Amino acid sequence: MTNPLRGEVFRLYKNLLYLGREYPKGTTYFRERLKAAFMKNKDVTDPEKIQKLIDRGEFVIKELEALYFLRKYRAMKKRYYEPEH
Amino acid sequence: MSARVLVGVKRVIDYAVKIRVKPDHTGVVTDGVKHSMNPFCEIAVEEAVRLKEKKLVKEIVAVSCGPQQVQETIRTALAMGADRGIHVEVSGKDYETLGPLQVSKIMAALAKKEEADLIILGKQAIDDDCNQTGQMTAALLDWPQGTFASELTLEGGKLKVVREVDGGLETIMINMPAVVTADLRLNTPRYATLPNIMKAKKKKIANVKPADLGVDVTSRLEVLNVDEPAQRLAGVKVETVEDLVGKLKESGRI
Repeated sequence: MTNPLRGEVFRLYKNLLYLGREYPKGTTYFRERLKAAFMKNKDVTDPEKIQKLIDRGEFVIKELEALYFLRKYRAMKKRYYEPEH
Repeated sequence: MSARVLVGVKRVIDYAVKIRVKPDHTGVVTDGVKHSMNPFCEIAVEEAVRLKEKKLVKEIVAVSCGPQQVQETIRTALAMGADRGIHVEVSGKDYETLGPLQVSKIMAALAKKEEADLIILGKQAIDDDCNQTGQMTAALLDWPQGTFASELTLEGGKLKVVREVDGGLETIMINMPAVVTADLRLNTPRYATLPNIMKAKKKKIANVKPADLGVDVTSRLEVLNVDEPAQRLAGVKVETVEDLVGKLKESGRI
């Protein structure tokens, strides 16, 4: 199966794996779930469906970035600023 | 605008890591511990990148002082949008005693060498919490400083800085060249994703030694002891007001 979206799927997987290194519940936890999520859809062949799944993956990337930012921001705020701030 | 910005970034123990004091009380355990860019330095880099995106600044140079590993931190800055990096090699004992005075001397020397118009630093590092490097750098260069910046704008060749101070916000107008230190609310740093890191591999990191810049990194400070904060004792619950009064009398408080 030389689906042209194959490269994009791999890229998405690698990007998510990279982001998973900072996951609060641990890298292993994240990697297991990431692999399971991708494996669940391994037999999808319709390019439209694959694109939708890729888009969902991109959305998850944005969610993770937001999660990481908020975690860090809240930690810094708690440590360095007075409560009323 | 042909301005060049120097951004200092520091490699520190990751903010989420639980810090442990070394058994010999000389410092904190760093071997095998996750390190990352100081959160305030991330905000500094982000501000520089935004200035470049607005075409107010031409080139961003990311600087870090330390051993080989700090190159990772410089790479993160490059992935966020810096154009090139400078790694000032400091290792071993010198690195352990490296502090704001030495770093500010290095930054000042680099600012002159690179002909920088603006230096942006994080307001403080989360490991030593000194909050001195920016101020010292400005003093050494005799440049104006806008510290604790929560907003930065360029207005007619001058810098308008809104500073977070006790009791509110202070707005100042300073001439360029200047030193600015970033506070938490200056901006939201972008995440250095894998594709950006890959692209950043093409960007150059120059190696330089403090001696090349004419800086002596010997420290005038000696760390005598490092200890954990005292453990918080558990509280005691009481049932009635009489009990409370009794307990207070017991412990000699009233």
